[in-house]
Amino acid sequence: MNKRLLSLTVNGRRREEAVADATLLLDFLRETLGLTGTKRGCDGGECGACTVLVDGAPRLSCLTLAARCEGTKVETIESLAEGGRMSALQAAFHEKLGAQCGFCTPGMVMAAEALLRTDPSPGEDAIRAALAGNLCRCTGYVKIIEAVDSAARGAR
Amino acid sequence: MKTAVPAKSVGVRQPLVDGVEKVTGAARYTADLAPRGALFGAILRSPLPHARIRGIDVARARAMPGVRAVVTGEDCALPYGVIPIAQNEFPLARGKVRYRGEPVAAVAADDAATAQAALDAIELDLDPLPAYFDAASARAEGATLLHDDKRGNLERTVEQDFGDVDAGFAAAALVRERSFHYAEVHHAMMEPNATLAQWDAERGRLTLHSVTQVPYYLHLALARCLGLDASAIRVIKPCVGGGFGHRTETLNFEIVAAMLARAAGGTVRLELSREETFITHRGRPETDVRLKIGLAGNGEITAVEAEVVQRGGAYAGYGLVTILYAGALIHALYRVPASRYRGFRVYANTPPNGAMRGHGTVDVRHAFEALLDEMAVELGLDPFAVRRANLLTAPHRTINDLQVNSYGLAACLDAVEERSGWKTRKGRLARGRGLGMACSHYVSGSAKPVYWTGEPHAVIHLKLDFDCGVTVLTGASDIGQGSTTLIQQAVAEVLKLPMSRFSVVANDSTVTPKDNGSYSSRVSFMVGNAAIRAAEDLKRMLVAAAARRLEVTPDDIEWEGETCRVAGTDRELAYPEVVAEALKDAGTLNARGAWSTPPETQGGSFRGAAVGTSAGFSYAALVVEVEVDEDTGEVRVIDVWVAHDCGRAINPLSVEGQVQGSVWMGMGQALGEETEYGGGGLPLRANFLDYRFPTIAESPPIDVTIVEAPDPNGPFGAKEAGEGSLSAFLPALTSAIADAIGLRLFELPATPDRVYDAIVARRRAERVRRAVKAASQEAD
Repeated sequence: MNKRLLSLTVNGRRREEAVADATLLLDFLRETLGLTGTKRGCDGGECGACTVLVDGAPRLSCLTLAARCEGTKVETIESLAEGGRMSALQAAFHEKLGAQCGFCTPGMVMAAEALLRTDPSPGEDAIRAALAGNLCRCTGYVKIIEAVDSAARGAR
Repeated sequence: MKTAVPAKSVGVRQPLVDGVEKVTGAARYTADLAPRGALFGAILRSPLPHARIRGIDVARARAMPGVRAVVTGEDCALPYGVIPIAQNEFPLARGKVRYRGEPVAAVAADDAATAQAALDAIELDLDPLPAYFDAASARAEGATLLHDDKRGNLERTVEQDFGDVDAGFAAAALVRERSFHYAEVHHAMMEPNATLAQWDAERGRLTLHSVTQVPYYLHLALARCLGLDASAIRVIKPCVGGGFGHRTETLNFEIVAAMLARAAGGTVRLELSREETFITHRGRPETDVRLKIGLAGNGEITAVEAEVVQRGGAYAGYGLVTILYAGALIHALYRVPASRYRGFRVYANTPPNGAMRGHGTVDVRHAFEALLDEMAVELGLDPFAVRRANLLTAPHRTINDLQVNSYGLAACLDAVEERSGWKTRKGRLARGRGLGMACSHYVSGSAKPVYWTGEPHAVIHLKLDFDCGVTVLTGASDIGQGSTTLIQQAVAEVLKLPMSRFSVVANDSTVTPKDNGSYSSRVSFMVGNAAIRAAEDLKRMLVAAAARRLEVTPDDIEWEGETCRVAGTDRELAYPEVVAEALKDAGTLNARGAWSTPPETQGGSFRGAAVGTSAGFSYAALVVEVEVDEDTGEVRVIDVWVAHDCGRAINPLSVEGQVQGSVWMGMGQALGEETEYGGGGLPLRANFLDYRFPTIAESPPIDVTIVEAPDPNGPFGAKEAGEGSLSAFLPALTSAIADAIGLRLFELPATPDRVYDAIVARRRAERVRRAVKAASQEAD
């Protein structure tokens, strides 16, 4: 399989790795870089558990070729806590029980992160729209909405 | 010295003790654990739904470079299954395949692509047999048997009669009978199935990480199927991304991973796709219910008759338990003076069914509540009134020997009636809008375990050491429901120490005590009780040490956690001083607690009496408001109000989360979830686009009222909170649809096409009625 040298920034760190053309960003993150916080929940584009930010925009890493991320800035769930402090979203998901089994949580938090960066005061409809591609099977979403809303209010 | 305030941990809204890892991405699930160099496992699955296996040629696959192991049914001759008397499944098929997608061979290779190529190189020689995808055709005269010893493809027939049913119907003011049909549904937990198996060839030992809810069952099945001494096996459950019953029984891939690791002499990661996870199935079966209820004029139930047919799939699994639950829990919600139950669990060429949240009870509860709702209207009774006419008084023993010791249903009814504005809004909403209600209940753990070993039902160990920290050792499986947090709260509460003094180590068979696992909502109740006892054991040791140091008797010591004192004096010791004293002679302290269900809660002596028994029943009442679009058949849920009697909310935050999650899961089943098998048994909805559970966009607010009717057997009075309110949603929804557009549905899920078909059928029937009437007037 043809490989190429991929240069990009992941969680603020410059990376240069040889990757096969067909390598998915999800596998690159999990297998090559060992960033297992990003989850595979389905067979492609159905659940949102693998959501990461590429140049600030939410992307399904299971539908993104690593090779297409040349020169980009990729952010995963592992990047949000700084200096041992959880981000406002992470703290809210924790305190409001927005995470039960936790498997959808990294993707959910990253999708919500992208929302709050573009819309710091989203209403409930905006929260629902931004997270509509992220499935959760534990919470019924009630406490996820509460968590995102609470993080947005706390940050203001 | 400033006296510390004794810490309070029960009744506190406690975020999960393992929650930080979950929100930072640090939590490790099975697929996150594979070490570099681990081999990739893959499973070859049957392309036919029913066939005799003439041969499997693995020679080409085995010879491929990079292939380290190939295994088939030849490599495991012992069947396994969760119920000891019904073990008829092999990790890899032997002799026959009985559903499309059944594992027939597996490989381990250096990389995923080589593993896939090796699967492609395996040649299957299959001789097709007639296949059946519904219960009726599988039961039909002359149908080919899936299992030679099961005539009529009947896995289990249940006949249970209690009280004088015929007299009950004869005495009724109103008797009605209806038939209902329910689609098969699947757990669809977010984490796909995965196992990491490590074979230590030098020592002949196996270490296995897996997505299990019951590591103990997995341990037993591995020992059996691999012919290993159980002590040569170590089973670890890492973080698990949900289960909802899918993972209560040992699943084929878990054993296959172990077989591959041993055959390859190394470490194998076996990660199933979402489609394969669907095919592993074990969900709620496709079910037909015929139900007959007799009511007195005041709404009191006089008799109930139910016939339930479940298409159970190709293997036994939990089947006999599911079909028994379906009958048993007709009882213990209301007073039922007479009942007749006929249950039929049928084999068919579909993936095996098993336990799913609300195990066995959900579809029958829908039928019961829906018929009760319809009959209440006919008697001119409000739906709340007909429930109130049938309430129990605890303690109560049902006619099928279930023991109800606490009962908060009346309070649940009051709560949702008020919060939904029922009295002022019911029947007054615009056309297309409707309110409906229903009730439900569930066990807090089956009072009898699957394996009768004579051991206690739950055991907790505590370790207290020089650092003054208490380590809680438990085999209870937290799969997201928050049991680890609850156990820590229970121990902290008894010792009156802050949560920060504790840590929990769970689910490593070399370290933690055996636990019967996370099923039937048993953990809070049973392990919670064991945790209290273990903490009391440790407290007794600490109080004795304090008494020794202060030269008084233990009875003189007032225990306040971070401090303790001689009662009525200001002579105090700080907790670290007590610990130092306690460790003086013996060193590290170990305490333990165990708990079992009281004998009177373990049910009667008739066949199947164990199923449905519990030391504590939870109760729920629920109101739902819907909007129905009569042009499209779309049903939109606007609001949900639910009240759940959990005895005592040890962690109110978790109780809310559990109740919301289960109500919402009931909503998924009611509105859209169904598996489907096409030609040749092909699964048509084995992905998250076609298996439609609600997204955040169509999920309503869920207003939770916690009702606390403390149970005398429960830990701090607590009962379960994670299952009981699920089944109330389905009948509340169909009741609300009936309120909105005057249409009763007898088939679920209420997808737009089903609702629209029912609307069209009703219009046609009305037209025919009008035409007949007009014709007869003309004739006059």
